[in-house]
Amino acid sequence: MNFDFTTTTFDNRRHSADELAVIAKEIRQDIIKMLAIAKSGHSGGPLSSADIFAVLYFNGCMNYDSQNPAMPGRDRFILSAGHMCPVQYAALANAGFFPKEELATLRQYNTRLQGHPARDMGLPGIETSSGSLGQGISVAVGMAMSDKLLDKNNACVFALTGDGELQEGSVWEAAMAASNFGLDNFCWIIDNNDCQIDGRLRDVMNVYPIVDKCVSFGFDVVECNGHNFDELAAAFDAFKKNHAGNSGKPTAIIANTKMGRGVSFMEDSYKWHGMPPNSEQAVQALKDLA
Amino acid sequence: MQKLTLNGSKPTRFGFGEGLVTLGERYDNVVVLGGDITGSVMTSLFKEKFPDRFFSIGIAEQNATTIAAGLALSGKIPFFASYGAFCALRNADQLRISVCYNEANVKIGGGHAGISVGPDGATHQVLEEVAFLRTLPHMTMLVPCDYTETLKATIAMGEKNGPAYVRFGRSPVPLFTTADTPFEIGKAQVFREGNDVAIVACGAMVWEAMLAAEELAKRGIQARVINSPSIKPFDVQTITDAARECGAIVTAEEHQIHGGLGAATAEVVAKNAPAPIEFVGVKDSFGGSGEPEELMRLFGLTWKEIYASALKAMERRDKGSSGYRQVRDVEQYIGA
Ligand SMILES: [Mg+2]
Repeated sequence: MNFDFTTTTFDNRRHSADELAVIAKEIRQDIIKMLAIAKSGHSGGPLSSADIFAVLYFNGCMNYDSQNPAMPGRDRFILSAGHMCPVQYAALANAGFFPKEELATLRQYNTRLQGHPARDMGLPGIETSSGSLGQGISVAVGMAMSDKLLDKNNACVFALTGDGELQEGSVWEAAMAASNFGLDNFCWIIDNNDCQIDGRLRDVMNVYPIVDKCVSFGFDVVECNGHNFDELAAAFDAFKKNHAGNSGKPTAIIANTKMGRGVSFMEDSYKWHGMPPNSEQAVQALKDLA
Repeated sequence: MQKLTLNGSKPTRFGFGEGLVTLGERYDNVVVLGGDITGSVMTSLFKEKFPDRFFSIGIAEQNATTIAAGLALSGKIPFFASYGAFCALRNADQLRISVCYNEANVKIGGGHAGISVGPDGATHQVLEEVAFLRTLPHMTMLVPCDYTETLKATIAMGEKNGPAYVRFGRSPVPLFTTADTPFEIGKAQVFREGNDVAIVACGAMVWEAMLAAEELAKRGIQARVINSPSIKPFDVQTITDAARECGAIVTAEEHQIHGGLGAATAEVVAKNAPAPIEFVGVKDSFGGSGEPEELMRLFGLTWKEIYASALKAMERRDKGSSGYRQVRDVEQYIGA
């Protein structure tokens, strides 16, 4: 089985929807290879959010320098749903933060690609450790406060949570604070794939309606098809406009997605939330994605 | 050695609040997060002086702790203070992951420590947080003994990079250290020389240990009193020396006897210089309403229990390991 990684990388500039589709495909293939090699890890969420990451990292949306990851005044991305890290690792590698061959070390002893993001391992582009749900979004709010209220710079902070993660009460403490402090430099992305490990959200603990909740917490809410590149790009543009116009309101992008997107036997199945494909399944998945 | 004498009493929380103001004057990047009880934990002093660097987070300790981590990862030195029950235990996972695993430069001030809180009762009298905090990798954990030492501890933790926690109380407690008394993170200080028995104490129990030593001296027993404000990092050398040179140890803390200063001491003594240890603290129970001094007496947190425990520890030492079953209960030594 050949699960070698390509050496392809992509620039962070405006891309067409077709170009973004190519990038998202590469990210998804990397995710499948990583999980198949590691024989461990989460498939569902990384695949559902791959299109979001393609737009976030490769459409001129976020101001970063992969060769200078600690660049002062940079925009930051926080993966609050830490278990989805294969997609962030793949995005960072495709953006040139580290060599793509390192993706093969996912979940191995002493790897920089820990099972959940680990800041102390020093992987470029990882801003905080996460994995205990509900914390990353608060960390991101703290960073956005630092940028807007203390350093008074132009930097933005993006945080992605899952939808099951919304069951953690501290998520709403963070949302309350983002609104309270008028953090128009803060963008909350919700990967709404309506799946968590035990089942559909309604069957585990209903968090809907998400849009109404975010509106009532003081966010400007953009709901979009999380697999439509034009809609995703427009959603991030709306956030940038809010920020540039000093709207005084944080933005929430609710991206409606399908778990396991792009792989026939995984799509919309919560059973694939926390499972890796075996070798044969990975070969099939790569065929689906090709 | 400096002679320590009583100089009235003052709540340790005043030292924390004033320490924050000093740090605010010295460092532009010191910021403070409030949790709605800012007057009680004295962060109000910083708020008045530096309103642009104070942020009210409301009654949301998990969020305040993780926001602090975000501020720290952006180069700020954030302090968050509340009651220890809420800023050490309710936010335990946030401290573990976003603060300690991140090695984020977050500082926590935990007030209302111990039963000397008084009338508020058990919910607000935190007696368990030292046990948790000292198990967290990268955490610095301080329990200063009086107002002056709390002031020094607050400034010292602000100037040391990395996660840190300082424990302080609500009610006035004896003030007896001075600006000249040494304080260093990671170090214990011998407050009274002696080789017959060692008393290792932290917080308000240090003064009680001094009183117990006075009483022991009347019987010709010279107790070494060790103030150990730095629970983590712990002063292994000073404790090991005390165990070797005295051979009998008493620990005293306003905390559960499990997992705190007594446990830290026992870990060091068992490994380096086995010796009998007696533990003065709250014995696996919750606190309750009452006046601070009344509660300290009723829960057995006065010089008398330290005194009796010292006699018991020495008797265990002198009778050897075969004699420990024959020694009396601590209570029987009181008034002996
Ligand atoms: Mg989900």
